[in-house]
Amino acid sequence: MDSSVNKAEILISVEDISFSYGNTQVLTRVSFPIYSGDFLAILGPNGSGKTTLVKVILGLLKPARGKIHILRKPQQEFSDWGKIGYVPQKATHFDPHFPASVREVVAMGLLSGKKSSRPNKREEEQRIEQALKHVGMEQYKAWRIGTLSGGQQQRVFIARAIVNKPRILFLDEPTTGVDIETQDQFYDMLDNLNKNEKITIVLISHEIGIVNKHITQVACLNQKLIYHGTHGEFCQSEAFRQMLAAGHHLISHRH
Amino acid sequence: MDAILTYSFLQRALLAGIFISIACAVLGVFLILRRDSMIGHGISHVTFAGVALGLLLNLMPLLTALIVAVLTGLIIMFLRERSGLYSDTTIAIFSSLGFALGILLVSLSKNFNVDLFSYLFGEILAIEAFEVWLSVALAVSVVGIVIINYHRFMYLTFDRESAKVSGIGVNQLDILFTVLTAVTVVLGMKIVGILLVSSLLVIPAAAGLQLAVSFRQAIFISALVALISVVAGLFLSFHFDLPASGTIVILSFIFFLVAFSVKKKRS
Repeated sequence: MDSSVNKAEILISVEDISFSYGNTQVLTRVSFPIYSGDFLAILGPNGSGKTTLVKVILGLLKPARGKIHILRKPQQEFSDWGKIGYVPQKATHFDPHFPASVREVVAMGLLSGKKSSRPNKREEEQRIEQALKHVGMEQYKAWRIGTLSGGQQQRVFIARAIVNKPRILFLDEPTTGVDIETQDQFYDMLDNLNKNEKITIVLISHEIGIVNKHITQVACLNQKLIYHGTHGEFCQSEAFRQMLAAGHHLISHRH
Repeated sequence: MDAILTYSFLQRALLAGIFISIACAVLGVFLILRRDSMIGHGISHVTFAGVALGLLLNLMPLLTALIVAVLTGLIIMFLRERSGLYSDTTIAIFSSLGFALGILLVSLSKNFNVDLFSYLFGEILAIEAFEVWLSVALAVSVVGIVIINYHRFMYLTFDRESAKVSGIGVNQLDILFTVLTAVTVVLGMKIVGILLVSSLLVIPAAAGLQLAVSFRQAIFISALVALISVVAGLFLSFHFDLPASGTIVILSFIFFLVAFSVKKKRS
């Protein structure tokens, strides 16, 4: 099922994770690895536990059962959070009047739990410039974040997530509300980060039929892990057909 | 200007006023953006009980107020996180409770009404030398701690979830911020009094937020508005024999109106 087993180092290991909100079971015994270099899409319908799973991985929620290992360390002992980039689902739902410039927003990403990890001023500026360049937003450095469009804001949040040169980047529904053409450019940008900057990408989407040339791995969730393997195999799988039959979205992008 | 050279009480008021107003404005920007403008109002009302307790027990009211304010700030923070109560409900409960306690303590002794009035309505022109140095030291500490944690506080204010993922100790920062707010409320009380202290936290910051395009600018403009309001307010109150607290607050409101108009004109 999983053709990437021999490929690379396991960056994150999700082991037997279960989680519930009160009496509502959201995740049941979910296990899968995330390999270095993956462009992984975690797919599933609304309410399937995708965001919850990522929050459990990132330590924002505590699982009822199971373990997470990040870069070979148990999550509770992991402290190098600068290696993890995260763009939350509601990143663009901030107060539009918040008086932060694009530069200030990206600079927030330089902070991590490790006090010594903040670079010096010169390197800080270089990193901010570079991160903005990667997402094509370098000319907006002095703009107030609230004055940008949703798509531009999303790019700035990605710049913030990669400014610390993470090994893995989580993006929760990053293309919600973005038109198909802009989505294509967006995926090209993520592909560039994946291939050229060697950042492992984990992308959450409720569009279970997302067909994209860049995605290499798929983890399909519906409270349980229904499928984990290559994207090509997923499109041929019974899990994919069942979900389409259940009326879930199919979003097609160029191959 | 001669008045500054002539009257030491005016020198003391100016010195304390300048430092306290800057601390209030800096904290105020964060409070507004955290949607927590009313916390100053809540803590200040409980501070009334702290002052009354100090006067009743013949302790230094500034110190008892400080202890009560910090404890109340932490209790409010804890309750709204853990109890499921809305933030404004928690603040409303504590501000009423604090004032009620203050009234009860006042009723236990009939001797300190005059002193208590100076805390309720502010009497910066009557500030004593020891209080000036304590206020300056605390205000400098507040601003210094904010400068050291500036980026962390900003991240926490802007996007709490991402700040948490980046490994920043958000709970520790929340506690620190609450303590700083409580200390600043007690300091502000010396200038404009318990009843008006939240205005010193909110109005200059609100003015700064009308005009700023960056966070740094917002802090700078807010501090400037607070500083000018306090300095000009003190001179006007001295020359025209007006209450300093009311004059300072009304001046800062005028600055807010100007900033608001400029923003409207721009857009």
